[in-house]
Amino acid sequence: MHLITSTVGRKLLMAVSGLMLVGFITVHLMGNLSVFAGADAINIYAEKLHSLGPLVWVFRLAMLGLFAVHIGFGIQLSMENRRANPESYAIKQKLKTTFAAESMLYTGLVLLAFLIYHLLHFTVQITNPEISAHQLPLDAAMRLDVFSMVVMSFQKVFIALVYIVAMCALFLHLSHGLSSWVQTLGWNNGESQDKVVLIGRLVAVVFGLAYIAIPFLILVRFVK
Amino acid sequence: MNLTLHVWRQKGPQDKGKLETYPAKGVSEDQSFLEMLDDVNEELIKSGKDPIAFDHDCREGICGMCSQVINGKPHGGQERTTVCQLHMREFNDGDELFIEPWRARAFPIHKDLIVDRTALEMVMQAGGYTSCHTGGVADGNALLIPKPVADYAMDAAECIGCGACVASCPNSSAMLYTSAKVSQLAVLPQGKGEAKARVKEMTDAMQNEGFGNCTNHYECQEACPKGISVKFIAKLNREYMKSMA
Ligand code: HEM
Ligand code: FES
Repeated sequence: MHLITSTVGRKLLMAVSGLMLVGFITVHLMGNLSVFAGADAINIYAEKLHSLGPLVWVFRLAMLGLFAVHIGFGIQLSMENRRANPESYAIKQKLKTTFAAESMLYTGLVLLAFLIYHLLHFTVQITNPEISAHQLPLDAAMRLDVFSMVVMSFQKVFIALVYIVAMCALFLHLSHGLSSWVQTLGWNNGESQDKVVLIGRLVAVVFGLAYIAIPFLILVRFVK
Repeated sequence: MNLTLHVWRQKGPQDKGKLETYPAKGVSEDQSFLEMLDDVNEELIKSGKDPIAFDHDCREGICGMCSQVINGKPHGGQERTTVCQLHMREFNDGDELFIEPWRARAFPIHKDLIVDRTALEMVMQAGGYTSCHTGGVADGNALLIPKPVADYAMDAAECIGCGACVASCPNSSAMLYTSAKVSQLAVLPQGKGEAKARVKEMTDAMQNEGFGNCTNHYECQEACPKGISVKFIAKLNREYMKSMA
């Protein structure tokens, strides 16, 4: 298959998988924001998710596939790029690129590390068992008390900071990624270029602020 | 005006190379950058030293031979200007200039500021042609090409293959160059026949020659002395998708 060896083909796969990951983080964010609507809202949401049974596993496998494609090609392409550009200039001036664009691999790797931690924390619930939903008492409606788990977690400075730092990485990753895919999929013309870049950054700010708001507002006891 | 130059000196492909410092005295603001270097070389020759080797040919901004990164910008960074068309009036008395060759694995250094850009030719050879009947001269209006299409192709054809896009790219990708060639031929009737094969062959050649992959930094567009737009990279991506169908 030409697609998986080609310089353009692999970029297309990164763009499509990246875009699907953006779809995921959009839905995930909407679910997460229900924490601001009170304990009932997020506990009902969590119960609903778990009631999907095997579908949850289909979904998890699909996510695994997406991450494998995105991260696998991301690392491979980045290594090739490093090899193509071995010697640095004594002086090099940036003409157009950004810190975010240059650090895509690193912000991506931070996200990967975070993803593993996040799953251990809220899905497997082994990093802080004393405040996991499986240990805490059920809520008044006999549901797992996900709300308390989340709130008690982010009241801990260390956990809140881990999440905030990771979401800063997500913001940086998206501030390049959310316009890069448009170009990769060939949807740009000369006039759209700068506007697409601007819109991508604005949307990244929205994602960044919304995702950071959750641990931050709980940490400062705005939500409790 | 008087300047201080820090110039990359490298005896040959195997040599490690290093920056050396030379004074450029009594530079006229009417001189081009290359004429300034010619004068520095005169002085080096007079004092029995090896002159600075640099590429140049037309000295009128159309051949794409001159290739120097000046103070961290390919061709010195003046908009739509090659080194040969850069004038000393852009600089000030007392300036320190760092002059380096294009740096990319696909462009091995021959000597000093001269790099081997054969890799770009290999990309061209892989698909930068059209197969058409030669023979009798075709009637002038036999093949109608709408003006916007001709303009679009001409904008892409402005590329002089200097390699500034590669020199500026954090990934040493030749995507802007390759996309200009692919786009130019893809929109013209003569090039349509081979369009599908061309985009694959040229991008594969780009990869095989050791250029990196495009990650949309857009440094190339800013560095290009001919103002080639990255819209052609989007066009190349579209052509690639069409070739998959
Ligand atoms: C929430 C998770 C993630 C989302 C939403 C996401 C999204 C995106 C998007 C939209 C792109 C742009 C694709 C393109 O250039 O066409 C991208 C590129 C990239 N991503 Fe991710 N990504 C995520 C996680 C990761 C992870 C875990 C890595 C780990 C290595 C990673 C590495 C990269 C790299 C190296 C690029 C290419 C950079 C470039 O083309 O400039 N990403 N990502
Ligand atoms: S010498 Fe020909 S473009 Fe500069």
